[in-house]
Amino acid sequence: MEKEKEILIDIEDLWVKFSTDDGVVKAVNGISLKLEKGETFGLVGETGAGKTTLAKAIMSLIPTPPGEITKGKINFKGEDLLKCSDHRIREIRGNDISMIFQDPMTSLNPVMRVGEQIKEVIEIHNPKMSETELHEKVVEMLRLVGISEDRINEFPHQFSGGMKQRVIIAIALACNPLLLIADEPTTALDVTIQAQVLDMIKKLKQKLNTSMLLITHDLGVVVQNCDKVAIVYAGEIVETGNLREIFKNPLHPYTRGLFDSIPSLTKDTRRLKPIEGLMPDPTNLPEGCNFCPRCKFAKEECKTKNPAFVHKEGEHYVKCFLYEEGK
Amino acid sequence: MRKKKSTQRSVWAETWRRLKKDKMAVAGLIFIGLLVVIAFSTMFIDIATNKAVYNDYVIKQNLRMRLQGPSPDHVFGLDEFGRDILLRMLWGTRYSLFMGTFAIVFSVIVGSLLGAVSGFYGKVADNVIMRFMDVLLAIPSMLLATAIVAALGTSLTNVLLAISISYIPTFARTVRASVLTIKDQEYIEAARALGAGDGRIIFRYIIPNSLAPLIVQATLGVAGAILSIAGLSFLGLGIQPPTPEWGSMLSNARTYIREGWHVTVIPGLGIMLTILALNILGDGLRDALDPRLKN
Amino acid sequence: MEDNKELLRVEHLKKYFNTSSGMLHAVDDINFSIKRGTTLGVVGESGCGKSTLGRTILRLHEPTSGKIFFEGKEINNYSKKQMKAVRKDMQIIFQDPFASLNPRMTVGQTIEESLIIQNIYKRNSEGLEKKVVDLMDLVGLSARLRNAFPHELDGGRRQRVGIARVLALKPKFIVCDEPVSALDVSIQAQILNLMQDLQDEFGFTYLFITHDLSVVRHLSNEILVMYLGQMVEKAPAKMLFANPIHPYTKALLSAIPVPDPDFSVDRIILKGEITSPIDPIPGCRFSKRCPRAIDACMDGNLPVEEVEPNHFVVCKNYEFSKGGKV
Repeated sequence: MEKEKEILIDIEDLWVKFSTDDGVVKAVNGISLKLEKGETFGLVGETGAGKTTLAKAIMSLIPTPPGEITKGKINFKGEDLLKCSDHRIREIRGNDISMIFQDPMTSLNPVMRVGEQIKEVIEIHNPKMSETELHEKVVEMLRLVGISEDRINEFPHQFSGGMKQRVIIAIALACNPLLLIADEPTTALDVTIQAQVLDMIKKLKQKLNTSMLLITHDLGVVVQNCDKVAIVYAGEIVETGNLREIFKNPLHPYTRGLFDSIPSLTKDTRRLKPIEGLMPDPTNLPEGCNFCPRCKFAKEECKTKNPAFVHKEGEHYVKCFLYEEGK
Repeated sequence: MRKKKSTQRSVWAETWRRLKKDKMAVAGLIFIGLLVVIAFSTMFIDIATNKAVYNDYVIKQNLRMRLQGPSPDHVFGLDEFGRDILLRMLWGTRYSLFMGTFAIVFSVIVGSLLGAVSGFYGKVADNVIMRFMDVLLAIPSMLLATAIVAALGTSLTNVLLAISISYIPTFARTVRASVLTIKDQEYIEAARALGAGDGRIIFRYIIPNSLAPLIVQATLGVAGAILSIAGLSFLGLGIQPPTPEWGSMLSNARTYIREGWHVTVIPGLGIMLTILALNILGDGLRDALDPRLKN
Repeated sequence: MEDNKELLRVEHLKKYFNTSSGMLHAVDDINFSIKRGTTLGVVGESGCGKSTLGRTILRLHEPTSGKIFFEGKEINNYSKKQMKAVRKDMQIIFQDPFASLNPRMTVGQTIEESLIIQNIYKRNSEGLEKKVVDLMDLVGLSARLRNAFPHELDGGRRQRVGIARVLALKPKFIVCDEPVSALDVSIQAQILNLMQDLQDEFGFTYLFITHDLSVVRHLSNEILVMYLGQMVEKAPAKMLFANPIHPYTKALLSAIPVPDPDFSVDRIILKGEITSPIDPIPGCRFSKRCPRAIDACMDGNLPVEEVEPNHFVVCKNYEFSKGGKV
């Protein structure tokens, strides 16, 4: 019962680095992924893993300098986004591809009323719309995200953090984009609002066949919303597969460590099991496997050689020597 | 947030490092440095020679040679009284630089205190202080300075006082703005939760974090003060002849423009370059102190 | 040692803010007590007043009305001087580990501040340096970071500094305002373990404010659920999760995304408008969104019922089944 899979966005072997005073930050190190139309692809990882950099690369928001895309292609609607003109990119942004950023506190213009900001994005891409139509659309979006209409003329500082994020989501979806990149969209939101918002995004997604690249560290959110998942660590995808494969059979030691360190709602644990240590310094990545220094299962070869992807089943791939073919 | 290599760079060391990268700012800094060296050197020479050089070369008139243009002997030429302009420029450095700085230092201290109280305590104190500042600002600084000097007399102190007063509102406003922003930051709340009192919070928490915009303003303020001093001298209200202050040099040379361009142009250039250097340095400092890079 | 003695009690605590649009009822008539050495978790949506509650208890905001009892003494009337003394025993760990540290002070200086302000040590006195290093060690910070500035550290380490400076005072009561929300998942686990270890070792009493229900379940003895400034339900942690009674609590729990593809639950998606805490509607503020709302809900008085031992609900139309559904 498989619908024909249409690939909406195809990232091929992307490498992004930043030249800073502290050294060269290797933010994205050879990431490839294919996102199908209508699919929600979850990118899971912690701060510094490179997920936001990846998202910004798609939106052509990497400042160059100090950033540099050293290799790779991002294919979207037959074009390589990395080679598009500024004009074309501006047409795409907000209209075909929208992004919700991580920090709601600074994503909104503090001196512009909230209604104005939602109206702005619609106006930019629909110059012929009348004032009444624009106003109606703004009210519709506010209602969609659960904000009462009488707050349309308020300023961002009058909203709580969670409310601000809802405004941001309203702005992102106002033009019905093909792809929504959501960078930790509900991190700052409360559970009931998170449920509402994700529910709303899901419905919109289904109605308009919007695809979504969902970046998050919340595994619960991933389970509720994603079709496919990729675990990102130190600029690389270490494991990828569809939802069931990853959650029922996590393979990579990092993935397993991540799952173990979350307090459970159903089980009683006296102490949590954190992953020891910190993510490696991106200006000084270890030789060999990036996770090796923190890995409980590290072997000699992990210290010097970087594992390649191993296909385990279906769509499940993992980058780890533990699973090499024939072992 | 990535952890930087913990080579324990203080905020000031960071700032210096960033400043060094701005070539223009460094050029400005070097120029000002040069002026400081000149000012101190001339003062030292005066003390060492008991003002002999000053009396014999800087202010001694030589009317036979008046208005001679630049020559190998006198690189900047001679002024309307036959005095060597180069030497007068060198000896005049201290007035512009030091007076500008002293005036601003006084302004900064008074203005900051007023601004801090205003921003921190708000309400009545804020209103009273700010309205008073508004009054000061409403009077054009030159007029204000002129009025004070005219009333109190044309001594060095009075000129400095006049200029300082005209700059107080700028610093009061700058500090007030900083205080208002910082006051609501969480680390202030954290300090209160520990039991810190108002005084401690103002001096150990708020002021150190307000220094950045203040330093930038102060640098630009010195430039402005130099211009004001020159302006006052130009009007005859500032330094009296024969003291070689650049502004009065410029003023007194007015009538001789047609007979010798060098008498007006040289002091004018001196003032201009100093202001320029200070402005560039101020801009560079503002960029270097930008906390945006801390994130 | 009187382990079961009540350390903190709050009676009819209210905090209102006068805004240009009207009176914001941030905290409205909250009552609870916490026993020494235990943790009370406070959960609720953003805007429910939990952060304001924490700060009001410490008088970082002045209460509009109501009483706060610490170790039996009424502190809401204390003078500045008296409060300073009490502050040694009542501390707070902030949510944002970056904003809560003075950017111009090193780690060492920040930790020293606590000790100096409370006159435990004088500046530059002997033993101060060692004390700071000891504290850093207790929270898992390497001593060489003593001269580091906040911007040089990652979130987890910054939060450890925040904990160290509170630990310096060995307070009896600590308000933890979303202390791990800004941290990465694996770091959260490290910090939560640390807080638990410190509680075990020093007997701290925590008021743990969070929106993360899995964290609150892990750490709390009792949980208080708030909605728009009002108390909605209070129960021992496990009881709350096993048998939630208030319709809001039920919606809250059903909304938590569980990281298990096979776990399914009847999602109660709340509809309706979120009412404003400014000049709020009378009665229960959840009524507009509540699937079980009846006319009486908007009446005004809200009775607190002890539905089963220690399990309190503020609701006029709840559905109770002993043992509850999972």
